[in-house]
Amino acid sequence: MSADDSAVLTDGGITSELEVEQDYEKHTHTRSGTQSMVLNMGPQHPSTHGVLRLLLELDGETILKAAPDIGYLHTGIEKEFEVKTYQQGVTLTDRIDYLAPLSNNLVYCLAAEKLLGLEIPPLAQWTRVMLAELTRLNSHLVWLGTHAIDIGAMSVFLYCFREREEILRIFEMFSGQRMMTSYFRIGGLALEPPRGWQKRVRDFVDIFPSRVDEYEELLTSNRIWTGRTKGIGYIPLADMIDLGVTGPMLRAAGLKIDIRKDAPYSSYEKFDFDVPTRTENDVFARYAVRVEEMRQSTKIIRQALEGMPSGSHQADAPGIVLPDREKMKTQMEALIYHFKIVTEGFRVPEGEVYQAVESPRGEVGVYMVSDGTQKPYRVHWRGPSFGNLQAIPKMIEGTLIADVIAGLGSMDFVLGDTDR
Amino acid sequence: MIPENLRDNPVASALDSVALTTKFEFNELTIEVAPVNIVEALRRVKHELNFERLSTVTGVDRYPAEPRFEIVYHLQSIAGKQRLRLKSRLSGENPEIESAFAVYRSANWYEREVFDLFGVRFLNHPDMTRIMLPDDWVGHPLRKDVPVTGTRY
Repeated sequence: MSADDSAVLTDGGITSELEVEQDYEKHTHTRSGTQSMVLNMGPQHPSTHGVLRLLLELDGETILKAAPDIGYLHTGIEKEFEVKTYQQGVTLTDRIDYLAPLSNNLVYCLAAEKLLGLEIPPLAQWTRVMLAELTRLNSHLVWLGTHAIDIGAMSVFLYCFREREEILRIFEMFSGQRMMTSYFRIGGLALEPPRGWQKRVRDFVDIFPSRVDEYEELLTSNRIWTGRTKGIGYIPLADMIDLGVTGPMLRAAGLKIDIRKDAPYSSYEKFDFDVPTRTENDVFARYAVRVEEMRQSTKIIRQALEGMPSGSHQADAPGIVLPDREKMKTQMEALIYHFKIVTEGFRVPEGEVYQAVESPRGEVGVYMVSDGTQKPYRVHWRGPSFGNLQAIPKMIEGTLIADVIAGLGSMDFVLGDTDR
Repeated sequence: MIPENLRDNPVASALDSVALTTKFEFNELTIEVAPVNIVEALRRVKHELNFERLSTVTGVDRYPAEPRFEIVYHLQSIAGKQRLRLKSRLSGENPEIESAFAVYRSANWYEREVFDLFGVRFLNHPDMTRIMLPDDWVGHPLRKDVPVTGTRY
Protein backbone atom coordinates (compact mmCIF):
# COMPACT_ATOMS: atom_id res chain seq x y z
CA MET A 1 0.00 0.00 0.00
CA SER A 2 1.43 3.39 -0.93
CA ALA A 3 1.75 6.28 1.50
CA ASP A 4 -1.17 7.84 -0.30
CA ASP A 5 -3.52 5.00 0.56
CA SER A 6 -2.71 4.84 4.24
CA ALA A 7 -3.45 8.54 4.64
CA VAL A 8 -7.18 7.92 4.32
CA LEU A 9 -7.65 4.31 5.25
CA THR A 10 -7.22 2.51 8.51
CA ASP A 11 -5.53 -0.84 8.90
CA GLY A 12 -6.98 -4.22 9.76
CA GLY A 13 -10.33 -5.72 9.02
CA ILE A 14 -9.21 -8.44 6.64
CA THR A 15 -8.69 -11.25 9.07
CA SER A 16 -8.65 -14.73 7.57
CA GLU A 17 -9.99 -17.90 9.19
CA LEU A 18 -6.51 -19.37 9.23
CA GLU A 19 -5.19 -16.42 11.20
CA VAL A 20 -7.74 -16.94 13.95
CA GLU A 21 -7.06 -20.67 14.10
CA GLN A 22 -3.29 -20.13 14.22
CA ASP A 23 -3.65 -17.57 16.98
CA TYR A 24 -5.60 -20.09 18.95
CA GLU A 25 -3.01 -22.82 18.43
CA LYS A 26 -0.17 -20.48 19.39
CA HIS A 27 -1.93 -19.93 22.73
CA THR A 28 -1.80 -16.20 22.25
CA HIS A 29 -2.11 -14.48 25.56
CA THR A 30 -4.40 -11.52 25.84
CA ARG A 31 -3.97 -8.35 27.80
CA SER A 32 -5.83 -9.79 30.72
CA GLY A 33 -3.20 -12.53 30.88
CA THR A 34 -5.49 -15.39 29.91
CA GLN A 35 -5.65 -17.35 26.71
CA SER A 36 -7.99 -15.99 24.07
CA MET A 37 -11.02 -18.05 23.21
CA VAL A 38 -12.24 -18.91 19.73
CA LEU A 39 -15.99 -18.94 19.34
CA ASN A 40 -17.91 -20.22 16.37
CA MET A 41 -20.93 -18.04 15.81
CA GLY A 42 -23.14 -19.73 13.30
CA PRO A 43 -23.70 -21.13 10.77
CA GLN A 44 -26.96 -21.85 12.60
CA HIS A 45 -27.10 -18.83 14.89
CA PRO A 46 -30.50 -17.17 14.46
CA SER A 47 -29.12 -13.66 14.20
CA THR A 48 -26.87 -14.53 11.28
CA HIS A 49 -29.96 -14.52 9.05
CA GLY A 50 -29.18 -17.52 6.97
CA VAL A 51 -26.01 -19.47 7.29
CA LEU A 52 -23.16 -17.13 7.99
CA ARG A 53 -20.39 -18.51 10.15
CA LEU A 54 -18.29 -16.07 12.11
CA LEU A 55 -15.06 -17.16 13.72
CA LEU A 56 -14.54 -14.89 16.68
CA GLU A 57 -11.41 -14.68 18.78
CA LEU A 58 -12.42 -13.32 22.15
CA ASP A 59 -10.75 -11.79 25.16
CA GLY A 60 -13.58 -11.98 27.65
CA GLU A 61 -16.39 -10.28 25.82
CA THR A 62 -14.17 -8.20 23.55
CA ILE A 63 -13.62 -9.37 20.00
CA LEU A 64 -9.96 -9.43 19.08
CA LYS A 65 -10.36 -10.85 15.59
CA ALA A 66 -13.30 -11.84 13.46
CA ALA A 67 -13.29 -13.90 10.29
CA PRO A 68 -16.51 -14.45 8.36
CA ASP A 69 -16.86 -17.79 6.60
CA ILE A 70 -19.39 -17.89 3.78
CA GLY A 71 -20.36 -20.36 1.08
CA TYR A 72 -22.87 -22.53 2.94
CA LEU A 73 -25.61 -21.47 0.53
CA HIS A 74 -23.54 -21.64 -2.63
CA THR A 75 -25.83 -23.08 -5.27
CA GLY A 76 -23.82 -22.47 -8.45
CA ILE A 77 -26.42 -20.13 -9.90
CA GLU A 78 -23.84 -18.42 -12.12
CA LYS A 79 -23.06 -21.77 -13.72
CA GLU A 80 -26.76 -22.55 -14.05
CA PHE A 81 -27.32 -19.37 -16.08
CA GLU A 82 -25.01 -20.74 -18.77
CA VAL A 83 -27.28 -23.69 -19.56
CA LYS A 84 -30.57 -21.79 -19.43
CA THR A 85 -31.93 -19.64 -22.21
CA TYR A 86 -32.15 -15.91 -21.52
CA GLN A 87 -35.86 -16.14 -20.77
CA GLN A 88 -35.43 -19.09 -18.39
CA GLY A 89 -32.69 -17.23 -16.51
CA VAL A 90 -35.22 -14.81 -15.03
CA THR A 91 -36.52 -17.48 -12.69
CA LEU A 92 -33.05 -18.04 -11.25
CA THR A 93 -32.70 -14.40 -10.27
CA ASP A 94 -35.56 -14.57 -7.73
CA ARG A 95 -33.73 -17.24 -5.83
CA ILE A 96 -30.53 -15.24 -5.39
CA ASP A 97 -31.84 -12.52 -3.10
CA TYR A 98 -35.15 -14.00 -2.02
CA LEU A 99 -36.20 -10.91 -0.11
CA ALA A 100 -35.91 -8.64 -3.15
CA PRO A 101 -36.97 -10.84 -6.08
CA LEU A 102 -38.26 -8.06 -8.29
CA SER A 103 -35.10 -5.93 -8.01
CA ASN A 104 -33.22 -8.98 -9.22
CA ASN A 105 -35.65 -9.66 -12.07
CA LEU A 106 -35.25 -6.03 -13.04
CA VAL A 107 -31.46 -5.93 -13.19
CA TYR A 108 -31.28 -9.16 -15.19
CA CYS A 109 -33.90 -7.99 -17.70
CA LEU A 110 -32.28 -4.57 -18.06
CA ALA A 111 -28.92 -6.18 -18.85
CA ALA A 112 -30.41 -8.47 -21.50
CA GLU A 113 -32.47 -5.63 -22.94
CA LYS A 114 -29.35 -3.49 -23.20
CA LEU A 115 -27.70 -6.21 -25.30
CA LEU A 116 -30.82 -6.60 -27.42
CA GLY A 117 -31.38 -2.85 -27.76
CA LEU A 118 -35.04 -3.19 -26.76
CA GLU A 119 -37.29 -0.23 -26.15
CA ILE A 120 -39.61 -0.90 -23.21
CA PRO A 121 -43.07 0.72 -23.30
CA PRO A 122 -43.88 3.26 -20.54
CA LEU A 123 -46.54 1.13 -18.86
CA ALA A 124 -44.06 -1.68 -18.32
CA GLN A 125 -41.37 0.71 -17.08
CA TRP A 126 -43.68 2.37 -14.56
CA THR A 127 -45.05 -0.93 -13.32
CA ARG A 128 -41.48 -2.09 -12.88
CA VAL A 129 -40.65 0.99 -10.81
CA MET A 130 -43.75 0.54 -8.68
CA LEU A 131 -43.11 -3.12 -7.98
CA ALA A 132 -39.41 -2.56 -7.40
CA GLU A 133 -40.31 -0.02 -4.72
CA LEU A 134 -42.83 -2.41 -3.16
CA THR A 135 -39.96 -4.90 -3.09
CA ARG A 136 -37.86 -2.36 -1.24
CA LEU A 137 -40.63 -2.00 1.34
CA ASN A 138 -40.98 -5.77 1.58
CA SER A 139 -37.26 -6.19 2.17
CA HIS A 140 -36.98 -3.29 4.62
CA LEU A 141 -39.94 -4.64 6.60
CA VAL A 142 -38.34 -8.04 6.99
CA TRP A 143 -35.09 -6.32 7.90
CA LEU A 144 -36.71 -4.08 10.51
CA GLY A 145 -38.70 -6.91 12.07
CA THR A 146 -35.76 -9.29 12.38
CA HIS A 147 -33.28 -6.58 13.37
CA ALA A 148 -35.59 -5.51 16.18
CA ILE A 149 -36.12 -9.11 17.31
CA ASP A 150 -32.35 -9.62 17.42
CA ILE A 151 -31.98 -6.64 19.71
CA GLY A 152 -34.92 -7.72 21.85
CA ALA A 153 -37.94 -5.80 20.59
CA MET A 154 -40.28 -8.65 19.83
CA SER A 155 -43.47 -6.82 18.91
CA VAL A 156 -42.04 -4.79 16.00
CA PHE A 157 -41.72 -8.03 14.07
CA LEU A 158 -45.47 -8.62 14.27
CA TYR A 159 -46.24 -5.12 13.05
CA CYS A 160 -43.81 -5.36 10.14
CA PHE A 161 -45.07 -8.73 8.97
CA ARG A 162 -48.64 -7.46 8.99
CA GLU A 163 -47.76 -4.95 6.25
CA ARG A 164 -45.44 -7.33 4.47
CA GLU A 165 -48.33 -9.74 4.10
CA GLU A 166 -50.26 -7.06 2.22
CA ILE A 167 -47.30 -6.48 -0.11
CA LEU A 168 -47.01 -10.20 -0.78
CA ARG A 169 -50.72 -10.24 -1.64
CA ILE A 170 -50.10 -7.49 -4.18
CA PHE A 171 -47.23 -9.52 -5.66
CA GLU A 172 -49.49 -12.54 -5.83
CA MET A 173 -52.15 -10.50 -7.57
CA PHE A 174 -49.67 -9.39 -10.25
CA SER A 175 -47.64 -12.51 -10.79
CA GLY A 176 -49.44 -15.41 -9.13
CA GLN A 177 -46.53 -15.84 -6.73
CA ARG A 178 -45.80 -14.38 -3.33
CA MET A 179 -42.02 -14.63 -3.27
CA MET A 180 -40.54 -16.10 -6.45
CA THR A 181 -42.36 -13.66 -8.66
CA SER A 182 -40.40 -13.73 -11.97
CA TYR A 183 -42.82 -11.04 -13.08
CA PHE A 184 -40.43 -8.97 -15.19
CA ARG A 185 -39.46 -10.63 -18.43
CA ILE A 186 -37.04 -9.58 -21.13
CA GLY A 187 -39.11 -7.13 -23.16
CA GLY A 188 -41.61 -6.11 -20.50
CA LEU A 189 -43.85 -7.88 -18.01
CA ALA A 190 -44.91 -11.51 -17.85
CA LEU A 191 -48.61 -10.69 -17.70
CA GLU A 192 -50.81 -7.68 -18.09
CA PRO A 193 -51.35 -5.87 -14.76
CA PRO A 194 -54.41 -7.53 -13.20
CA ARG A 195 -57.83 -5.93 -13.01
CA GLY A 196 -58.37 -3.95 -9.83
CA TRP A 197 -54.72 -3.61 -8.86
CA GLN A 198 -55.11 0.15 -8.47
CA LYS A 199 -57.47 -0.20 -5.53
CA ARG A 200 -55.25 -2.75 -3.82
CA VAL A 201 -52.15 -0.58 -4.16
CA ARG A 202 -54.01 2.63 -3.25
CA ASP A 203 -55.38 1.07 -0.07
CA PHE A 204 -51.85 0.08 0.81
CA VAL A 205 -50.14 3.44 0.18
CA ASP A 206 -52.95 5.24 2.01
CA ILE A 207 -52.42 3.25 5.17
CA PHE A 208 -48.67 2.62 5.02
CA PRO A 209 -47.26 6.02 6.13
CA SER A 210 -49.23 5.80 9.38
CA ARG A 211 -47.86 2.28 9.87
CA VAL A 212 -44.30 3.60 9.52
CA ASP A 213 -45.20 6.10 12.25
CA GLU A 214 -46.19 3.14 14.40
CA TYR A 215 -42.81 1.46 13.94
CA GLU A 216 -41.09 4.70 14.79
CA GLU A 217 -43.22 5.13 17.90
CA LEU A 218 -42.10 1.71 19.03
CA LEU A 219 -38.42 2.27 18.35
CA THR A 220 -37.07 5.71 17.53
CA SER A 221 -37.16 7.15 21.05
CA ASN A 222 -37.19 3.83 22.86
CA ARG A 223 -34.37 4.02 25.40
CA ILE A 224 -33.34 0.40 25.05
CA TRP A 225 -33.32 0.68 21.26
CA THR A 226 -31.23 3.86 21.20
CA GLY A 227 -28.93 2.43 23.86
CA ARG A 228 -28.28 -0.66 21.78
CA THR A 229 -27.90 1.13 18.44
CA LYS A 230 -26.42 4.61 18.90
CA GLY A 231 -22.65 4.78 18.52
CA ILE A 232 -22.47 1.07 17.60
CA GLY A 233 -21.10 -0.43 14.41
CA TYR A 234 -19.02 2.48 13.21
CA ILE A 235 -16.84 2.00 10.11
CA PRO A 236 -14.98 4.97 8.60
CA LEU A 237 -16.56 6.02 5.30
CA ALA A 238 -13.30 5.75 3.33
CA ASP A 239 -12.91 2.16 4.52
CA MET A 240 -16.45 1.27 3.55
CA ILE A 241 -15.95 2.54 0.02
CA ASP A 242 -12.64 0.71 -0.24
CA LEU A 243 -14.12 -2.54 1.10
CA GLY A 244 -16.95 -2.51 -1.42
CA VAL A 245 -19.89 -1.55 0.81
CA THR A 246 -22.91 -0.02 -0.97
CA GLY A 247 -26.45 1.14 -0.31
CA PRO A 248 -28.00 2.36 2.95
CA MET A 249 -24.74 1.73 4.82
CA LEU A 250 -23.01 4.45 2.78
CA ARG A 251 -26.00 6.77 2.97
CA ALA A 252 -25.98 6.46 6.76
CA ALA A 253 -22.37 7.66 6.66
CA GLY A 254 -23.34 10.86 4.85
CA LEU A 255 -22.58 9.88 1.25
CA LYS A 256 -25.46 10.70 -1.08
CA ILE A 257 -25.16 7.74 -3.40
CA ASP A 258 -28.09 6.08 -5.10
CA ILE A 259 -28.06 4.47 -8.54
CA ARG A 260 -31.69 5.52 -9.03
CA LYS A 261 -30.46 9.13 -9.05
CA ASP A 262 -26.90 8.77 -10.36
CA ALA A 263 -27.66 6.59 -13.38
CA PRO A 264 -31.45 6.40 -13.66
CA TYR A 265 -32.90 3.26 -15.23
CA SER A 266 -36.45 2.22 -16.07
CA SER A 267 -37.60 5.88 -16.08
CA TYR A 268 -36.70 6.62 -12.43
CA GLU A 269 -35.74 10.11 -13.62
CA LYS A 270 -39.44 10.89 -13.98
CA PHE A 271 -40.15 10.33 -10.29
CA ASP A 272 -39.74 12.85 -7.53
CA PHE A 273 -38.09 11.48 -4.41
CA ASP A 274 -35.27 12.26 -2.01
CA VAL A 275 -32.25 10.20 -1.07
CA PRO A 276 -32.17 10.20 2.72
CA THR A 277 -28.76 10.47 4.37
CA ARG A 278 -27.47 10.61 7.93
CA THR A 279 -24.01 11.41 9.18
CA GLU A 280 -23.71 9.45 12.44
CA ASN A 281 -22.60 6.28 10.62
CA ASP A 282 -23.84 3.89 13.31
CA VAL A 283 -26.55 1.25 13.63
CA PHE A 284 -29.14 3.85 14.53
CA ALA A 285 -28.32 6.00 11.50
CA ARG A 286 -28.75 2.96 9.24
CA TYR A 287 -32.12 2.31 10.88
CA ALA A 288 -33.13 5.95 10.37
CA VAL A 289 -32.06 5.92 6.72
CA ARG A 290 -34.04 2.77 5.95
CA VAL A 291 -37.14 4.04 7.72
CA GLU A 292 -36.96 7.25 5.70
CA GLU A 293 -36.44 5.18 2.55
CA MET A 294 -39.71 3.43 3.29
CA ARG A 295 -41.48 6.79 3.28
CA GLN A 296 -39.75 7.81 0.05
CA SER A 297 -40.66 4.52 -1.62
CA THR A 298 -44.30 5.03 -0.67
CA LYS A 299 -44.06 8.41 -2.38
CA ILE A 300 -42.73 6.78 -5.55
CA ILE A 301 -45.43 4.11 -5.50
CA ARG A 302 -48.11 6.77 -5.16
CA GLN A 303 -46.67 8.68 -8.15
CA ALA A 304 -46.58 5.49 -10.20
CA LEU A 305 -50.14 4.72 -9.21
CA GLU A 306 -51.46 8.14 -10.11
CA GLY A 307 -49.49 8.69 -13.29
CA MET A 308 -49.55 5.16 -14.68
CA PRO A 309 -49.36 5.46 -18.47
CA SER A 310 -51.53 3.33 -20.69
CA GLY A 311 -50.41 1.12 -23.52
CA SER A 312 -48.82 -2.23 -24.00
CA HIS A 313 -47.11 -4.13 -21.20
CA GLN A 314 -44.57 -5.67 -23.58
CA ALA A 315 -42.19 -4.34 -26.18
CA ASP A 316 -43.03 -4.76 -29.83
CA ALA A 317 -40.39 -7.40 -30.46
CA PRO A 318 -41.75 -10.53 -32.10
CA GLY A 319 -39.38 -13.42 -31.64
CA ILE A 320 -38.28 -12.16 -28.23
CA VAL A 321 -41.53 -11.46 -26.43
CA LEU A 322 -44.05 -14.30 -26.20
CA PRO A 323 -47.05 -13.55 -28.43
CA ASP A 324 -50.47 -12.79 -27.07
CA ARG A 325 -52.44 -15.93 -26.23
CA GLU A 326 -55.34 -14.92 -28.47
CA LYS A 327 -53.06 -14.21 -31.44
CA MET A 328 -51.32 -17.51 -30.93
CA LYS A 329 -54.57 -19.34 -31.48
CA THR A 330 -55.51 -17.45 -34.64
CA GLN A 331 -52.27 -16.50 -36.38
CA MET A 332 -49.74 -18.88 -37.88
CA GLU A 333 -46.78 -16.54 -37.35
CA ALA A 334 -47.54 -15.99 -33.70
CA LEU A 335 -47.72 -19.74 -33.16
CA ILE A 336 -44.33 -20.21 -34.82
CA TYR A 337 -42.75 -17.49 -32.68
CA HIS A 338 -44.23 -19.00 -29.56
CA PHE A 339 -42.88 -22.42 -30.45
CA LYS A 340 -39.44 -21.02 -31.28
CA ILE A 341 -39.10 -18.96 -28.10
CA VAL A 342 -40.25 -21.77 -25.83
CA THR A 343 -38.22 -24.55 -27.43
CA GLU A 344 -34.98 -22.85 -28.35
CA GLY A 345 -35.09 -19.26 -27.06
CA PHE A 346 -33.93 -16.21 -28.96
CA ARG A 347 -30.49 -15.13 -30.09
CA VAL A 348 -28.85 -12.19 -28.34
CA PRO A 349 -26.19 -10.19 -30.23
CA GLU A 350 -22.59 -10.67 -29.18
CA GLY A 351 -21.27 -8.28 -26.55
CA GLU A 352 -20.83 -7.62 -22.86
CA VAL A 353 -22.69 -5.26 -20.55
CA TYR A 354 -22.73 -4.35 -16.88
CA GLN A 355 -26.02 -3.18 -15.48
CA ALA A 356 -26.43 -1.95 -11.91
CA VAL A 357 -29.63 -1.33 -9.99
CA GLU A 358 -30.26 0.04 -6.49
CA SER A 359 -31.62 -2.95 -4.61
CA PRO A 360 -32.82 -2.59 -0.99
CA ARG A 361 -29.34 -3.61 0.11
CA GLY A 362 -27.22 -1.61 -2.30
CA GLU A 363 -25.74 -2.09 -5.73
CA VAL A 364 -26.88 -5.26 -7.43
CA GLY A 365 -25.08 -5.63 -10.73
CA VAL A 366 -25.16 -8.07 -13.59
CA TYR A 367 -22.21 -8.57 -15.90
CA MET A 368 -23.59 -10.40 -18.91
CA VAL A 369 -21.48 -11.76 -21.74
CA SER A 370 -23.20 -12.96 -24.89
CA ASP A 371 -21.60 -14.98 -27.67
CA GLY A 372 -24.53 -14.58 -30.01
CA THR A 373 -26.35 -17.78 -29.04
CA GLN A 374 -29.61 -18.38 -27.15
CA LYS A 375 -27.87 -18.88 -23.81
CA PRO A 376 -25.71 -16.34 -21.99
CA TYR A 377 -22.02 -17.17 -22.21
CA ARG A 378 -21.42 -15.85 -18.72
CA VAL A 379 -23.51 -14.08 -16.09
CA HIS A 380 -21.74 -12.66 -13.08
CA TRP A 381 -23.91 -11.52 -10.20
CA ARG A 382 -22.54 -8.68 -8.11
CA GLY A 383 -24.66 -9.10 -5.01
CA PRO A 384 -24.72 -6.21 -2.55
CA SER A 385 -24.60 -8.55 0.46
CA PHE A 386 -21.28 -10.04 -0.66
CA GLY A 387 -19.67 -6.60 -0.83
CA ASN A 388 -21.20 -5.47 2.45
CA LEU A 389 -20.13 -8.57 4.37
CA GLN A 390 -16.48 -7.87 3.64
CA ALA A 391 -16.67 -5.00 6.10
CA ILE A 392 -17.75 -7.20 9.04
CA PRO A 393 -14.30 -7.67 10.61
CA LYS A 394 -13.67 -3.95 10.24
CA MET A 395 -16.91 -3.19 12.05
CA ILE A 396 -16.79 -5.63 14.95
CA GLU A 397 -13.12 -6.09 15.81
CA GLY A 398 -12.49 -4.37 19.11
CA THR A 399 -16.15 -4.18 20.11
CA LEU A 400 -18.24 -6.29 22.49
CA ILE A 401 -19.92 -9.51 21.46
CA ALA A 402 -23.42 -8.15 22.14
CA ASP A 403 -22.79 -5.41 19.58
CA VAL A 404 -22.03 -8.00 16.90
CA ILE A 405 -25.72 -8.81 16.73
CA ALA A 406 -26.74 -5.18 16.33
CA GLY A 407 -23.96 -4.57 13.81
CA LEU A 408 -24.79 -7.60 11.68
CA GLY A 409 -28.46 -6.62 11.67
CA SER A 410 -27.63 -3.13 10.46
CA MET A 411 -25.85 -4.57 7.41
CA ASP A 412 -29.05 -6.23 6.19
CA PHE A 413 -27.47 -9.03 4.24
CA VAL A 414 -29.11 -12.05 2.67
CA LEU A 415 -26.94 -15.12 2.48
CA GLY A 416 -28.53 -16.33 -0.73
CA ASP A 417 -27.30 -13.13 -2.31
CA THR A 418 -23.83 -13.52 -0.79
CA ASP A 419 -23.20 -17.11 -1.80
CA ARG A 420 -25.29 -17.34 -4.98
CA MET B 1 -4.25 2.71 -29.49
CA ILE B 2 -7.26 4.91 -28.85
CA PRO B 3 -9.94 4.75 -31.52
CA GLU B 4 -10.85 8.03 -33.19
CA ASN B 5 -14.14 8.51 -31.33
CA LEU B 6 -12.51 8.19 -27.88
CA ARG B 7 -9.80 10.86 -28.30
CA ASP B 8 -11.66 13.24 -25.97
CA ASN B 9 -12.33 10.65 -23.31
CA PRO B 10 -10.09 11.51 -20.31
CA VAL B 11 -10.12 7.95 -18.96
CA ALA B 12 -9.16 6.39 -22.27
CA SER B 13 -6.33 8.89 -22.84
CA ALA B 14 -4.94 8.55 -19.32
CA LEU B 15 -4.69 4.79 -19.72
CA ASP B 16 -3.47 4.86 -23.31
CA SER B 17 0.12 3.95 -22.46
CA VAL B 18 -0.92 0.66 -20.78
CA ALA B 19 -3.97 -0.15 -22.93
CA LEU B 20 -3.88 -2.97 -25.46
CA THR B 21 -7.35 -2.25 -26.81
CA THR B 22 -9.93 0.38 -25.99
CA LYS B 23 -13.53 0.13 -26.98
CA PHE B 24 -16.79 1.88 -26.22
CA GLU B 25 -19.87 -0.31 -26.66
CA PHE B 26 -23.36 -0.11 -25.15
CA ASN B 27 -22.27 3.17 -23.58
CA GLU B 28 -19.62 1.34 -21.57
CA LEU B 29 -15.89 1.86 -21.74
CA THR B 30 -13.73 -1.29 -21.79
CA ILE B 31 -9.96 -1.16 -21.67
CA GLU B 32 -7.82 -4.23 -21.97
CA VAL B 33 -4.37 -4.20 -20.43
CA ALA B 34 -1.58 -6.77 -20.28
CA PRO B 35 -1.56 -8.86 -17.06
CA VAL B 36 1.78 -7.35 -15.99
CA ASN B 37 0.31 -3.86 -16.13
CA ILE B 38 -2.93 -4.50 -14.27
CA VAL B 39 -1.88 -3.13 -10.88
CA GLU B 40 -0.30 -0.09 -12.52
CA ALA B 41 -3.52 0.53 -14.45
CA LEU B 42 -5.66 0.15 -11.32
CA ARG B 43 -3.39 2.47 -9.37
CA ARG B 44 -3.70 5.10 -12.08
CA VAL B 45 -7.45 4.65 -12.25
CA LYS B 46 -7.77 5.08 -8.51
CA HIS B 47 -5.37 7.93 -7.84
CA GLU B 48 -5.35 9.95 -11.05
CA LEU B 49 -8.85 9.34 -12.38
CA ASN B 50 -10.56 9.16 -9.01
CA PHE B 51 -12.43 5.87 -9.38
CA GLU B 52 -12.97 5.26 -5.68
CA ARG B 53 -14.75 1.93 -5.93
CA LEU B 54 -13.90 -1.46 -7.30
CA SER B 55 -17.37 -2.92 -7.79
CA THR B 56 -16.46 -6.47 -8.67
CA VAL B 57 -13.72 -8.71 -10.01
CA THR B 58 -14.74 -11.71 -12.02
CA GLY B 59 -13.59 -14.09 -14.70
CA VAL B 60 -14.72 -15.37 -18.06
CA ASP B 61 -13.50 -18.69 -19.41
CA ARG B 62 -12.99 -18.72 -23.20
CA TYR B 63 -12.10 -22.42 -23.35
CA PRO B 64 -10.84 -23.83 -25.71
CA ALA B 65 -9.55 -20.51 -27.08
CA GLU B 66 -6.21 -19.12 -25.95
CA PRO B 67 -5.57 -16.94 -23.97
CA ARG B 68 -8.23 -18.75 -22.03
CA PHE B 69 -9.19 -16.58 -19.07
CA GLU B 70 -10.38 -13.01 -18.94
CA ILE B 71 -10.18 -11.29 -15.57
CA VAL B 72 -12.67 -8.43 -15.55
CA TYR B 73 -12.62 -5.48 -13.13
CA HIS B 74 -15.62 -3.16 -12.83
CA LEU B 75 -14.82 0.22 -11.36
CA GLN B 76 -16.98 3.15 -10.40
CA SER B 77 -16.26 6.80 -9.84
CA ILE B 78 -18.77 8.09 -7.33
CA ALA B 79 -17.94 11.76 -7.87
CA GLY B 80 -17.67 11.45 -11.65
CA LYS B 81 -20.75 9.21 -11.89
CA GLN B 82 -19.12 6.89 -14.39
CA ARG B 83 -18.10 3.30 -14.69
CA LEU B 84 -15.15 1.57 -16.30
CA ARG B 85 -14.31 -2.00 -17.19
CA LEU B 86 -10.71 -3.17 -17.11
CA LYS B 87 -9.75 -6.50 -18.51
CA SER B 88 -6.75 -8.79 -18.71
CA ARG B 89 -6.33 -12.04 -20.59
CA LEU B 90 -4.46 -14.99 -19.11
CA SER B 91 -3.31 -18.22 -20.64
CA GLY B 92 -4.92 -21.48 -19.49
CA GLU B 93 -1.51 -22.87 -18.58
CA ASN B 94 -0.94 -21.98 -14.90
CA PRO B 95 -3.03 -18.75 -14.89
CA GLU B 96 -1.63 -16.14 -12.52
CA ILE B 97 -2.07 -12.41 -12.12
CA GLU B 98 -1.00 -9.81 -9.59
CA SER B 99 -3.67 -9.16 -6.93
CA ALA B 100 -5.53 -5.86 -6.89
CA PHE B 101 -5.70 -6.00 -3.12
CA ALA B 102 -2.87 -3.49 -2.65
CA VAL B 103 -4.98 -0.89 -4.46
CA TYR B 104 -8.56 -1.82 -3.56
CA ARG B 105 -9.24 -3.93 -0.47
CA SER B 106 -12.63 -5.00 -1.84
CA ALA B 107 -10.68 -7.20 -4.27
CA ASN B 108 -10.00 -9.56 -1.35
CA TRP B 109 -13.13 -11.71 -1.53
CA TYR B 110 -13.77 -11.19 -5.23
CA GLU B 111 -10.36 -12.57 -6.10
CA ARG B 112 -10.86 -15.47 -3.74
CA GLU B 113 -14.09 -16.21 -5.57
CA VAL B 114 -12.35 -16.14 -8.95
CA PHE B 115 -9.64 -18.42 -7.56
CA ASP B 116 -12.26 -20.79 -6.16
CA LEU B 117 -14.47 -21.01 -9.22
CA PHE B 118 -11.96 -20.51 -12.08
CA GLY B 119 -8.65 -21.59 -10.58
CA VAL B 120 -6.85 -18.36 -11.41
CA ARG B 121 -4.18 -17.60 -8.82
CA PHE B 122 -3.71 -14.05 -7.58
CA LEU B 123 -0.16 -13.25 -6.52
CA ASN B 124 0.48 -11.35 -3.28
CA HIS B 125 -3.08 -11.87 -2.15
CA PRO B 126 -3.30 -11.99 1.68
CA ASP B 127 -5.49 -15.11 1.86
CA MET B 128 -5.61 -17.11 -1.38
CA THR B 129 -8.02 -19.83 -0.22
CA ARG B 130 -11.37 -21.11 -1.43
CA ILE B 131 -14.33 -19.00 -0.36
CA MET B 132 -17.51 -20.68 -1.63
CA LEU B 133 -16.61 -24.35 -1.88
CA PRO B 134 -15.18 -26.62 0.82
CA ASP B 135 -11.39 -26.49 1.16
CA ASP B 136 -11.00 -30.09 -0.05
CA TRP B 137 -13.02 -29.60 -3.24
CA VAL B 138 -11.33 -30.76 -6.42
CA GLY B 139 -11.69 -28.65 -9.54
CA HIS B 140 -13.00 -25.21 -10.39
CA PRO B 141 -16.68 -25.40 -11.38
CA LEU B 142 -17.10 -22.22 -13.45
CA ARG B 143 -14.57 -23.47 -15.98
CA LYS B 144 -16.23 -24.33 -19.25
CA ASP B 145 -14.78 -27.85 -19.31
CA VAL B 146 -16.62 -28.74 -16.09
CA PRO B 147 -20.12 -30.13 -16.76
CA VAL B 148 -23.19 -28.69 -15.06
CA THR B 149 -24.47 -32.07 -13.89
CA GLY B 150 -22.45 -35.14 -13.02
CA THR B 151 -18.99 -35.25 -11.57
CA ARG B 152 -16.93 -36.79 -14.34
CA TYR B 153 -15.18 -34.61 -16.87
